[in-house]
Amino acid sequence: MSELIAKERDVVIPGEIIAKGMDYLPGINASRQGENIIANRTGLVEINGRVIKIIPLSGRYMPKEKDRVIGKIIDINLGGWRLDINSAYTAMLSMKEATSDFITKGADLTQYFDIGDYVITRITQVTSQKLVDVSMKGPGLGKLKNGRILSIKPNKVPRVIGKQGSMVNLIKEKTNCKIVVGQNGLVWIQGSPKDELKAVETIRMIEEKAHIPGLTDKIKEFLETNKQ
Amino acid sequence: MVYKERLNKRGFDEPRKIEAKTGVIKKADGSAYFRIGNTAAYAAVYGPRDLYPKFLQNPKEGILRCKYNMMPFSGRGERVRPGPSRRSREISLVTERALLPVLNLEDFPNAVVDVFIELPQTEAGSRCAGICAASMALADAGIPMKGMVSAVSVGRVDDKILVDLDYTEESYEGGPVADIPIAIVHETGQFSLLQMDGCITKDMLSKAFELGKKVCAKIYEAQKQAIKDRYKIGDDK
Repeated sequence: MSELIAKERDVVIPGEIIAKGMDYLPGINASRQGENIIANRTGLVEINGRVIKIIPLSGRYMPKEKDRVIGKIIDINLGGWRLDINSAYTAMLSMKEATSDFITKGADLTQYFDIGDYVITRITQVTSQKLVDVSMKGPGLGKLKNGRILSIKPNKVPRVIGKQGSMVNLIKEKTNCKIVVGQNGLVWIQGSPKDELKAVETIRMIEEKAHIPGLTDKIKEFLETNKQ
Repeated sequence: MVYKERLNKRGFDEPRKIEAKTGVIKKADGSAYFRIGNTAAYAAVYGPRDLYPKFLQNPKEGILRCKYNMMPFSGRGERVRPGPSRRSREISLVTERALLPVLNLEDFPNAVVDVFIELPQTEAGSRCAGICAASMALADAGIPMKGMVSAVSVGRVDDKILVDLDYTEESYEGGPVADIPIAIVHETGQFSLLQMDGCITKDMLSKAFELGKKVCAKIYEAQKQAIKDRYKIGDDK
C-alpha cells in the first residue's frame, strides 16, 4: 500500500521522504531509496500522476541545450569568444556560429565583440563534462547595445516570463522598454532612464513575491497606478 | 568530588538551547546560522562555481572546499590569532569529510562548492555547530544532497555520560573526561565524524553514542524547520 507523506506544493528538504511504496515514481530531483521516494534538493513537491518531482527553490543556473542566455565576453581565443553565462561553466562562441562574415586567419576578433560586451545567444550543445557551445544564429540573438543588465535568481526566471510570456510582455507594454530575459537569470532592459528604473523595480517585485498566486494582475495594477 | 549535576541544571541528555536560521547572508548562494548555547556559527555556500587553481579540478565530479574560522574575539577573552592554524586546518578537513557522504556532486565536474564557516562566539562544540550550519547552508543553496548531517558532542565527565559538553565540562578537573564530537547522517544513521579527546570505556562509549543519536534527531528537527521557515508563505505585505 502506497502512501503520500508530503502534500503537493509542500516545501521539502534533502533526504525527506515524500512517498512510501512502489506506486509512485521519482522524477527530477527525487530518487528512490528502497521503498521510499526521497527529495534530493530543497524545493516544492509537484505530483504529476504517479511521478513526483521537486521544483528547486534555489541554486545556480545549470546550462541546458536550447536555452536562450545572456552572456558576457570574458576572453578571446583563436577560434572565437569565451562567455560568462552566470553559471559554474563558461560557454564557447565560435567564429562560425557568431557571424556569417568571412573572417580571415589572424583577423582582429575585437571588431565583432570585445571583452566586456554582452550578447544574447542560444545554447547549442552541452557535453557531459559541461563544455558549453553557444550560437548567435537565430532570431533575436546578437550583441546588446545600450540598456542595462539586471541579475535575478535563475529559479525565478519562469515567473518573470509568465505563461507564454504574459508577464514580460506586460512589463514591456507598460514601461515601453525592450526586455530580454535570459534563462540564466540575466535580464537586459533598454528604454528611457526613467522607464528602465520602473522595469527594474517591477522585476525586483516579481522576484520577491514569486510565490503569490495571481501575480500578473497585481503587477498590472502596480504598473498602472504608478504610471503618472 | 563526584560529578552529580551539570552547572546550569541541564539534564545529562539535554543539549543547550538551539537556534537555527537560513538565508542570513544575502549575497551567498546559500547560508545558515546555527547556535547551540553560547556557540554560534555562520555558514555561507558559494557555488557550484569555477575552480582555480586548476590542478585541484576533478573531471569526474565537483569538489567540496570547507573553511572553518574562529573570529579573533570569539574565545574566552583571549584573542584568537586570526588566519589559518593547525587546529582550523584540521577542523576544515573533518568538516569536509563529515559533509561529503551526503553530497551528490557528479553533475558538477571541474567545479567547486565552497563552504565558509565563521564562528563569532565559541564555547565548546564549535566544529559540531559548524557542521550543522554548513549542512543547512548546503541545502539552502540547492546543492543535490542525499540527506542532512547533524552533529553534537557527547562524552563523559567523571562517571556520568552526557551530551553537548560546554567549556566547564570539557575542562573538568575532578575526574576523567572524554569529549567526542560526532556527526550523523540523519537518513542512514551513518557516522560521518568521530573524534575523541580524553579517555572512555567501550561500554560507556556505546551508551554515549545512543544518547548522541537521540540528540542528533532533535537537532535535525531544528535544522529542517529552519530551512522550511525561509519559504513559509506569509501574509502578502
